[in-house]
Amino acid sequence: MNPMNATTVYVPKDAAALSVGADAVADAITAEAARRNINITVVRNGSRGMLWLEPLIEVDLPDGRTAYGPVSKDDVSELFDAGFLTGGKHALSLGLTEDIPYLKNQERLTFARCGVIDPLSVEDYQAHGGFEGLKRALTMSADAICEEVRESGLRGRGGAGFPTGIKWKTVLDAAADEKFICCNADEGDSGTFADRMIMEGDPFCLIEGMTIAALAVGAREGYIYLRSEYPHAIATMRTAIELAEAEGWLGDAIHNTDHSFHLQVRVGAGAYICGEETSMLESLEGRRGLVRAKPPLPALEGLFGKPTVVNNVLSLTSVPVILAKGAAHYKDFGVGRSLGTQPFQLAGNIKHGGIVEKAFGVTLRELIYDFGGGTATGRPLRAVQTGGPLGAYLPESLLDTAEDYEAFAAQEAMVGHGGIVVFDDNVDLAQQARFAMEFCAVESCGKCTPCRIGSQRGVEVLDKIIANEDRANNLELMKDLCDVMTEGSLCAMGGLTPMPVESALKHFPEDFGLSPRAEAAE
Amino acid sequence: MSVHKETDHGTPAIEAKRSVSLSIDGRNITVPEGTSVMRAASEAGISIPKLCATDCIQAYGSCRLCLVEIDGRRGTPASCTTPAEDGMEVSTQTPRLAKLRKGVMELYISDHPLDCLTCAANGDCELQEMAGTVGLRDVRYGFDGKNHLEAEKDTSNPYFTFDPSKCIVCARCVRACEEVQGTFALTIAGRGFNSKVSSGIQQPFLESECVSCGACVQNCPTATLMENSVIEHGQAEHAVITTCAYCGVGCSFKAELQGETVVRMTPYKDGGANEGHACVKGRFAWGYASHKDRIAAPMVRENTSDPWREVSWEEAIAFAAAKLRGVQERHGKGSIGGITSSRCTNEEIFTVQKMIRAAFGNNNVDTCARVCHSPTGYGLKETFGTSAGTQDFKSVEKADVMLLIGANPTDGHPVFGSRMKKRLRQGAQLIVADPRQIDLVKSPHIEAAHHLQLLPGTNVAMINAIAHVVISEGLEDRAFIEERADMDAFAVWEAFIREDRHSPEAVERITGIPAAELRAAAHLYATADNAAIYYGLGVTEHSQGSTMVMGLANLAMATGNIGRDGVGVNPLRGQNNVQGSCDMGSFPHEFSGYRHVSDDATRALFENAWGAPMDAEPGRRIPNMFDDAVAGSFKGLFVHGEDIAQSDPNTLHVHAALKSMECIVVQDLFLNETASFAHVFFPGTSFLEKDGTFTNAERRINRVRPAMRPRTGKHEWEIVSELATAMGYDMGYDNASQIMDEIARLTPTFKGVSFEKLDRMGSVQWPCTDDMPQGTRTMHEDGFVRGKGQFVITEFVPTEERTNRNFPLILTTGRTLTQYNVGAQTRRTDNTVWHGEDVLEIHPHDAEIRGVRDGDIVSLASRMGATSLRAKLSERMPQGVVYTTFHHPVTGANVVTTEHSDWATNCPEYKVTAVQVTPSNQLADWKRDHAPIVAKPVEAAE
Repeated sequence: MNPMNATTVYVPKDAAALSVGADAVADAITAEAARRNINITVVRNGSRGMLWLEPLIEVDLPDGRTAYGPVSKDDVSELFDAGFLTGGKHALSLGLTEDIPYLKNQERLTFARCGVIDPLSVEDYQAHGGFEGLKRALTMSADAICEEVRESGLRGRGGAGFPTGIKWKTVLDAAADEKFICCNADEGDSGTFADRMIMEGDPFCLIEGMTIAALAVGAREGYIYLRSEYPHAIATMRTAIELAEAEGWLGDAIHNTDHSFHLQVRVGAGAYICGEETSMLESLEGRRGLVRAKPPLPALEGLFGKPTVVNNVLSLTSVPVILAKGAAHYKDFGVGRSLGTQPFQLAGNIKHGGIVEKAFGVTLRELIYDFGGGTATGRPLRAVQTGGPLGAYLPESLLDTAEDYEAFAAQEAMVGHGGIVVFDDNVDLAQQARFAMEFCAVESCGKCTPCRIGSQRGVEVLDKIIANEDRANNLELMKDLCDVMTEGSLCAMGGLTPMPVESALKHFPEDFGLSPRAEAAE
Repeated sequence: MSVHKETDHGTPAIEAKRSVSLSIDGRNITVPEGTSVMRAASEAGISIPKLCATDCIQAYGSCRLCLVEIDGRRGTPASCTTPAEDGMEVSTQTPRLAKLRKGVMELYISDHPLDCLTCAANGDCELQEMAGTVGLRDVRYGFDGKNHLEAEKDTSNPYFTFDPSKCIVCARCVRACEEVQGTFALTIAGRGFNSKVSSGIQQPFLESECVSCGACVQNCPTATLMENSVIEHGQAEHAVITTCAYCGVGCSFKAELQGETVVRMTPYKDGGANEGHACVKGRFAWGYASHKDRIAAPMVRENTSDPWREVSWEEAIAFAAAKLRGVQERHGKGSIGGITSSRCTNEEIFTVQKMIRAAFGNNNVDTCARVCHSPTGYGLKETFGTSAGTQDFKSVEKADVMLLIGANPTDGHPVFGSRMKKRLRQGAQLIVADPRQIDLVKSPHIEAAHHLQLLPGTNVAMINAIAHVVISEGLEDRAFIEERADMDAFAVWEAFIREDRHSPEAVERITGIPAAELRAAAHLYATADNAAIYYGLGVTEHSQGSTMVMGLANLAMATGNIGRDGVGVNPLRGQNNVQGSCDMGSFPHEFSGYRHVSDDATRALFENAWGAPMDAEPGRRIPNMFDDAVAGSFKGLFVHGEDIAQSDPNTLHVHAALKSMECIVVQDLFLNETASFAHVFFPGTSFLEKDGTFTNAERRINRVRPAMRPRTGKHEWEIVSELATAMGYDMGYDNASQIMDEIARLTPTFKGVSFEKLDRMGSVQWPCTDDMPQGTRTMHEDGFVRGKGQFVITEFVPTEERTNRNFPLILTTGRTLTQYNVGAQTRRTDNTVWHGEDVLEIHPHDAEIRGVRDGDIVSLASRMGATSLRAKLSERMPQGVVYTTFHHPVTGANVVTTEHSDWATNCPEYKVTAVQVTPSNQLADWKRDHAPIVAKPVEAAE
């Protein structure tokens, strides 16, 4: 694919790389090559997920792709001088990309192609195993696809962890004239970015996953509900859809079969709650993002009242590899009832933030220290919030908890979407708890009372506790409020908001002016 | 609520074939599949706390008070959103639930004013009731947290106040606006703690799309949306179930009262016509009943130039009797007559026509239905055998396609309009045939599949073309026709309709409807599982009104759309008792039950019952009365509750006729236009004082129960009886119930009707006979009333009213939502804030070439006369057609309308008048000539 003698240089156009000047780097490389009359090809790939190294550029060499980073535009001239196009040594040299321990020690199934290929090249995608899953699915019955996914053990990566195959089978078995596949790409959890990265870095993977889902349930239309805060992902997905249609992988007569599947991107309007599946469906229908009561389950009465698969980006992008390599291969990864891999996202006060796709079973400590290198400030780690803004704050003493839906639940925490936000010892957990309630008071859809009023009262009661106003009674009131919100809320937003609050109270009572509990570390 | 509290099951009733059985608190109950646990519990007599749930709207699941525990299930699901399932074991009261409910109430009250004692909802507040139910004793959050207590009131609507400081954001108002009314004027703005109810885009109610139906107010569980009348008076101490006296929908209402003071009117859930919904007129515009213009004492005068003289009832009745008898002595028995009113009760109407036939001794009785739906009576009787619509309103819930012709339900029949919209939102399709782009053509979540924008006066050409498509393309229902229709008549009709001259392409230049559009509409109608026709005065008020009605009947028969739910031919009656006035023998040629006066057996029946000879010759129709008055042979008139001087066409001719009479007796609430010509004025009673029945457009006989004593001291039927008696015909009744018994004895279709049965059943749709003792929902189910259905030839004959260079535009008329008819009632209410004057809607192009700008005063002139009014530029109108309403006497819209009328029934052709519109800056001539006449209502309406 290269013009003769042209060396390929990869410069990511992932939003994270762009935010630290990747476009300028790409321009500088092109200009410098022209100035030096060197024939090169610049490919704008996705990110490899090592964010502290961005912009991470790679040169395609016979030994493999060789990485340099983080590169600024001012480094470019020096890199040419150092002969980086032939693997020349430079202070920014990282060696072979695949040998970087952060990457090497991962188990990339879902993110296997992300950062490797040109995101908008169908040819490149196929050259790296793309559409193998879909090709196989096209030869299978709908039932068999559902069964394959069920057998793989894949559970909803949006956070709820519901078995994907069972959800698909429910939709398949629902009688209706029309069914839909809806991808929830309203990635709003703090410290999460895996959806964005794969949509920018490997968009055909999502298209393939959704098309397989469509075959599995008999849907002919699909929507990707993508948040407006992700303009690059929106543009990439839209272009990828056009390309996939042009190449016969989407639209009518997929891969020359009589299957059809039409896909479009719908852009959210900036509400966290629209990441809740029923709110997302309301929003897709053109309404206010308001939570719907369940039942009916979206699988039976979802978009426009029709049976609908609602899956997260990571669930759907895990499907192609499951179909391509078989359920047995996928479920070989993981532990207990948490099978396969999860692209964890390291964020917050962390030295090496980024994507770490690992099989379930990896501990928080391994992720944070072996991959993340500890805190960015170098100060002692004090707390970790897992599973987004509604997830629990865990103390250092629980870092050996394995990433496993059930193990986390046992600690009154959740894996969620795989977000891990690290805090050092400067954190005030009382303020973090207050923030959880405040976040809910702002972002609640406003429908149910516990969430709408309870979250505001939560802020106020926490303020009183912090200010030592009638602390004992207010602590009791806080507990009652958390019970009302947990048991009484319509959806997980109000239902989970107490989780960060109660975990902060449990593990970090001293931040609330309470005496540290001896058993807190148990 | 302390009075007539209707059970609220929380979620709507479900119709399902399958039943499920479950146990709730140990009680076993079986309900239709899909019923909520909440409703199942309620039906088992178990009340689960709730705030956001109410059974006229879908479950929402927001308040979280109705949480229950279900064996084997996680958590505490909301009973409103959880469907009952076989074998479920539900607990509605557990310590865990009690704590959660109390916790929820504590949150609610932490953002709610503590002014219960001075709150307008005190005694009728669900929030208060729930606080009591869950035993809330303390709000531990205190009251210094963030709240909405300072939110400002919106008092822009004249009938209700929106006080957001009391709002619990249950969205019942928003959902009622969407699901019940279908207007979508309300929403919740913002999110999280800042969520709040917003009318329009954060506009005051009055400026928003709100149509003031009051569904939001009715559904508000607190004082957030509250009737101003309740704010003023407080809670009612008793209630009376009665029937609205505005349009032909005939909504059932609960008049909530303190003594004889109405505190509010709320639509009655068990009312068959409206099932708990209402419009701005019925719910709010009842203040006219106590308006200072109401006349309470009878008045007489020798000459119309004399001032009125208040007299006793005895004197007034004696005066009228003597004067009418005097006319008869001078000019003959047939020189007097009367007009019954479709606004009055069946019992009142029956006594008036009885007085005319028995005491006056002639058949000179006609009804105001003459000028609206007489062609319906004629056309449907000729084709089907019954002068009435075929369905009940509920039938629309089963319609897949609706063909709406010459009716504007969202304005004219708003409660039925809402029912239509609900069905349309469920996926039924709509064809609108109307010159004007009415709201149903396109409004939120509603869009007609086809708008056949025909030229006024071309209905018959259009309906023939639709039928032509059906027959020529083989879309007819042969089996139905062969089984149900007279095949000889069908064969003749089939040959007629098949002729190419009826093809959509051939009539396109007549109707202005693109042929392809008409064909598509015909296909849609003919191929629907259930297709229903709804029509209004845009069908009947034409020179071919009766022809068009028969055209509709032909079409319904040809496609088999008769005799079951979801189909039929349905007239939307203009006034509350149009059906009843026709049923009661108000026509000069028919006794009650549509039996011709020439029929010897029928006449003998009445002669025996009434002890007076009956004339075998039909009497005068209204237009004949006017013509003969001008000619000098008709000299005395009893006008019962109709303002003919304003509402009948060609005002100047009507006025000339009235002026030439020697005795006019007017019975009305107000000194109306006609009273200017009268010698005797009998003050009438409002519907709140009446005791009797109204029959709505579904043939539903509803009770009108007195909420108060007659302000005049006498019921209207009493006055009529006394007048007849004073004229020498003894006609005494003790009460209205006796009159209905007499109607039932003398009218086969009413045989089983009595006040006792109506009180027991709520309402009855006639025919109510020995065969159908419960009444008849759907007509012609197994066969037509006349035997075989009759196809009738419907040749299109253009009206003689033609446009030319001098009168190049066509004027058509209609109604607006907030005003009613001649406005005698609604103009005396706050409804004037919405429609203070009649305007002329004109297409911008027609306006521009005449130099007319929006809001200009224009002269509207026809061959008959001229008036002036304000122009409103509107693209709802096609070019060449202008439109106005006739709610205000100063407008004098009928000054310009013509005397053309339906060939069969003389129903005036209100809908087609050739006119010219020119800029003007002064009143029309007719108003100067008639200054005293228009001065009075203007003064009265101030």
